[in-house]
Amino acid sequence: MHLPLILDMAADGLGDEIALGSGETAITYAGLRERARAGAAFLGGTPADNTAFLGGNAPAFPIGLFASAIAGRPFVPVNYRLPDADLRKILARTAPAVVIVDDEIVERAAGIEGVTVVPVSAFLAACEVPTPAPDEETINDIAILLFTSGTTGEPKAAVLRQSNLASYVISTVEFMGAAFDGQATLMSVPPYHIAGVSAVLTALYGGRRMVQLAQFTPESWVETARAEAVTHAMVVPTMLGRILAVIERDGVTLPALRHLSYGGGRMPASVIEKALELLPGVDFVNAYGLTETSSTIAVLTPDDHRVCRASEDPLIRRRLGSVGRPLPSLELQVMAGEGVPAPAGELGEIWVRGEQVSGEYIGKKAIRDDGWFPTNDHGWLDADGYLFVEGRLDDVIVRGGENISPGEIEDVLRLHPAVVDVAVFGLPDDEWGEKVAAAVVAAEAIEGRLLTQWVRERLRSTKAPEVVFFRVELPYNETGKLLRRALKAELSGS
Amino acid sequence: MKLTPGTRLKSAACDTEVVVVRVPSEGAITCGGAPMVPFAEAKPAGVSLDSAASGGTLMGKRYHDEQTGLEMLCTKPGKGSLAIDGRPLQLREAKQLPSSD
Repeated sequence: MHLPLILDMAADGLGDEIALGSGETAITYAGLRERARAGAAFLGGTPADNTAFLGGNAPAFPIGLFASAIAGRPFVPVNYRLPDADLRKILARTAPAVVIVDDEIVERAAGIEGVTVVPVSAFLAACEVPTPAPDEETINDIAILLFTSGTTGEPKAAVLRQSNLASYVISTVEFMGAAFDGQATLMSVPPYHIAGVSAVLTALYGGRRMVQLAQFTPESWVETARAEAVTHAMVVPTMLGRILAVIERDGVTLPALRHLSYGGGRMPASVIEKALELLPGVDFVNAYGLTETSSTIAVLTPDDHRVCRASEDPLIRRRLGSVGRPLPSLELQVMAGEGVPAPAGELGEIWVRGEQVSGEYIGKKAIRDDGWFPTNDHGWLDADGYLFVEGRLDDVIVRGGENISPGEIEDVLRLHPAVVDVAVFGLPDDEWGEKVAAAVVAAEAIEGRLLTQWVRERLRSTKAPEVVFFRVELPYNETGKLLRRALKAELSGS
Repeated sequence: MKLTPGTRLKSAACDTEVVVVRVPSEGAITCGGAPMVPFAEAKPAGVSLDSAASGGTLMGKRYHDEQTGLEMLCTKPGKGSLAIDGRPLQLREAKQLPSSD
């Protein structure tokens, strides 16, 4: 299985239906394949091993992705938000490469050895040249390279093979299951994020029209969702909070929206509760996955959301804060130690195994010989197999031999009326090795010791923050992941 | 012919094309009653559809055989139906998963 085959199936099955956009600039499924073939011929005429992509959500992204696959080259969407120095270092690592760059920012990629810059406008023009199907397939086993954000050290290039992505698509999406039903999906997660990539593949295979938002702002998201009668969307938690604020402010809902999935970071309970209240007709899905697993590996379904919210049983109700259950097409377990699965309710490292799991970086395999991929995420399963993700293993605080997860403490602090946002992390401590620290964005002036007391009354005293810092805002990356390590680094000296 | 996940086959008796998702332990794969051929090879001439194996294939559907573990995805539909060692393959109903992308 490979990506061009997915495009072929969609183009054969849905030919003249609209795949992308609307109105005069709409592109059909057949049109997408024609452009991808032309783009492949164009790329084939350039000396390169990889196709890098530096741009937002726009037609050049899916066209470039498939053109590169047909041309037999890995496609490498790069984070355009990186500072120039980091960006250029990553582009240099893709050499020899062609980089397709948004016209406005071509100079950011100019003058890197072995990297040929092609502006998006020139690439799209080349894709308009009628081109026959290639005589033979030149499929590269590697479909996508994604540089992971890497809060420490050099970014790693995660390798996603054709078989990983194709297996994810065919095992989770019904072919043409969304076709002929007026469905449209709003893509606002950037192309360099795994969810941006998988969204293209699953929309295409399912036959759901793609609507692209080049740059996310909550206002433009809401406006586009209304204007394009968007039925489906995927957002990260910070996006959802801001979208809800817009809806609340203008008092108009999203009448066409049927389905909203969220993931990519921890969703505060208050935000999802508000979403369920403001958008009562909408199905919500919480999806958990990693770059190295070709996107989603566990989902909290719309039914789960309804059942959990309506339940009086605290054990069921708390599942609203879980990521649901693992996909049936893979295996997932929580490991307490080497070869020892953790019993229900006990914390450990989340391991996953399945065809969609790559667990591989350029120059390094993180997957074990038996196929299991230790995710470096910390979590636990409840008695019915619902998965709770606490955060990165590296964020676990080790205080006097006790492993403490910051997520649980943050959840408790967030319930305090004065707390707007919070990050919990470990700081070096002479006596305990590490001590629990919290950085808080407060709605009103409050003493740190009152917050410590708040936690002590609700959790074990060892989990109560020993130091509380106040901040105007907390550091997040652009997909809503809290950067605890940035705070830790900043505050370690104090 | 060695099958691996991703191997593409076509029917000698109709338009059906498939891709192998899971490799069978063993067995001869047929469509429309005739052995399937590798995608890149020419179809043998004069093969006609066996009326006993003419249920047809559906685009995008997955077909499987429990006994051998074979699973194939139909990438182009046709009039023939798929079998292994004469045993018709079963349509695998898609697991209903909500969209998460």
